[in-house]
Amino acid sequence: MSRMIPGLTAPATTDMPVLLPAPTARHTPRALNFSHWLASIPPWVPFLIFTAALLWPMMALAQGTGEGKPTPLEALWRWMPFLITRGFVFTVLISVMTMLFGTVMGVFLGLGQISPVKGIRVASYWITQIFRNSPWLVLLFIVMLSFPFQVTVFGVTIPIPDWTKAVIGLGLPIMANISEIVRGAIASVPSAQWEAAESLAFTRRQTLYQIILPQCIKRMIPPWMNWYAILTMATPIVSILGVEEILNLTRQAIEAENNRPELLVPFYGFVLLIFFVYCYPIARLTIRLERKFALKL
Amino acid sequence: MTWTPDQPIVSIHNVKKAFGSLEVLKGVSMDIMKGEVICIIGPSGSGKSTLIRCINALNDIQGGSITVEGQEVHDDNLDRLELRKKVGMVFQQYNLFPHKTALENVMMAPVKVLKQNKAEVETRARELLRKVRLEGKENSYPGELSGGQQQRVAIARSLAMSPDVMLFDEVTAALDPETVKEVLVTIKDLAAEGMTCILVTHEMGFAREVADHIYFTDKGVIVEHGPPETFFDNAQDPRTKEFLSQIL
Repeated sequence: MSRMIPGLTAPATTDMPVLLPAPTARHTPRALNFSHWLASIPPWVPFLIFTAALLWPMMALAQGTGEGKPTPLEALWRWMPFLITRGFVFTVLISVMTMLFGTVMGVFLGLGQISPVKGIRVASYWITQIFRNSPWLVLLFIVMLSFPFQVTVFGVTIPIPDWTKAVIGLGLPIMANISEIVRGAIASVPSAQWEAAESLAFTRRQTLYQIILPQCIKRMIPPWMNWYAILTMATPIVSILGVEEILNLTRQAIEAENNRPELLVPFYGFVLLIFFVYCYPIARLTIRLERKFALKL
Repeated sequence: MTWTPDQPIVSIHNVKKAFGSLEVLKGVSMDIMKGEVICIIGPSGSGKSTLIRCINALNDIQGGSITVEGQEVHDDNLDRLELRKKVGMVFQQYNLFPHKTALENVMMAPVKVLKQNKAEVETRARELLRKVRLEGKENSYPGELSGGQQQRVAIARSLAMSPDVMLFDEVTAALDPETVKEVLVTIKDLAAEGMTCILVTHEMGFAREVADHIYFTDKGVIVEHGPPETFFDNAQDPRTKEFLSQIL
């Protein structure tokens, strides 16, 4: 028989109320939910689904009259280089630019949230909250439709391509979330560090850049990567506004193949797979870094 | 008014401090001369730590005055950086910078704040670490050092700014009994060299040995003070007697 612990596994030996340890695992939300979920998928599962997606139209085709036309697999094989080099590379480019834009703006906004100047602090807080809690698609529409398609500066007309607007539109919610990451990471450094630096005659700025931020930069990397993976998965929504990324080009490819219905599942399945192949390693790495950095501290 | 060394280096006069409605200091006065070692003792919550945090303006005060080398500390036009170059502080929880090695911890403030030559600072920092008996630990990170070692790095870090006054806020309270001694020896060395030290401590034996003057505070006032011999052997106030009887 295991040992009884009074108050925990056996009746308390005191009349005083005893505060039991709360079960934390169940109700503590995981900060990197998305990456945890994605990283937990065994890598062979999507490939299995993809194979099934390829087989299904072939069976459908076997019943119909498909003479003279290439099989879906042949069609996909022919389009694959175009979809990857033109479509997916552009998708990745948009996600990288968006992340860059969001990170730079988000770091400023996050630092603004801890500004000693009340006006900056309050404004940064509200900007962060508004963009963090708005639907991405709505933000994207506002930017896409309200920005001009070109600007004229000193007689020189500079066109603003759709993808630039997409980067800004998607970058706004990313900015707000990065702002929260920065604010949270700075807040997680014990206030005693500020005091120690203060007593050594460091200014506020010196303390922030030389003592506080170097300590929390590691802590920001996993959530930052988590947001990158989420963003990459979200980039296809820019196709609605005509940006020629992978989803748009895939639709065009299917149209070029005379809209044969048996092509839909393999083509879009391929798009799904390509996103998985790209984001899955990022999620695994995020989780690994999260564990590694959690140990140190 | 310029300060001369025959005047008190730290002068505290009728200082009042409240956190909201909670009065922590209700008119505290003391004068500390250059080279003196002062120990402030008293029960928890009597305002000891608050008082020494007021000396380097980590806390503000609501009344009275504190001067360091003739300079009013709680003045809106105070150059806080100038003050903190003169007043070093060591904390109960060491508060070393965890991302820097022991040597870097010591070097950081002179290099970044005082903009001193890095090579010269390094020579001095190694010297200081030797002085606090941490030779060979220069490249260790705070996480790799024991509490006592970390606290000695913290002392060296403070000394690197060449302060005129050192404040010690219960610096041994978080340490194991075995490591308390190594930190106290370091402070004793400092006192012997003539550093002005203001300590908040619970180490009565140590206070008796090194202090020139003991202050006993309770409920925000100084109840009794005097040289260690008279204070410990011949306490007058009943509150002092009760405290000493509980602790000794």
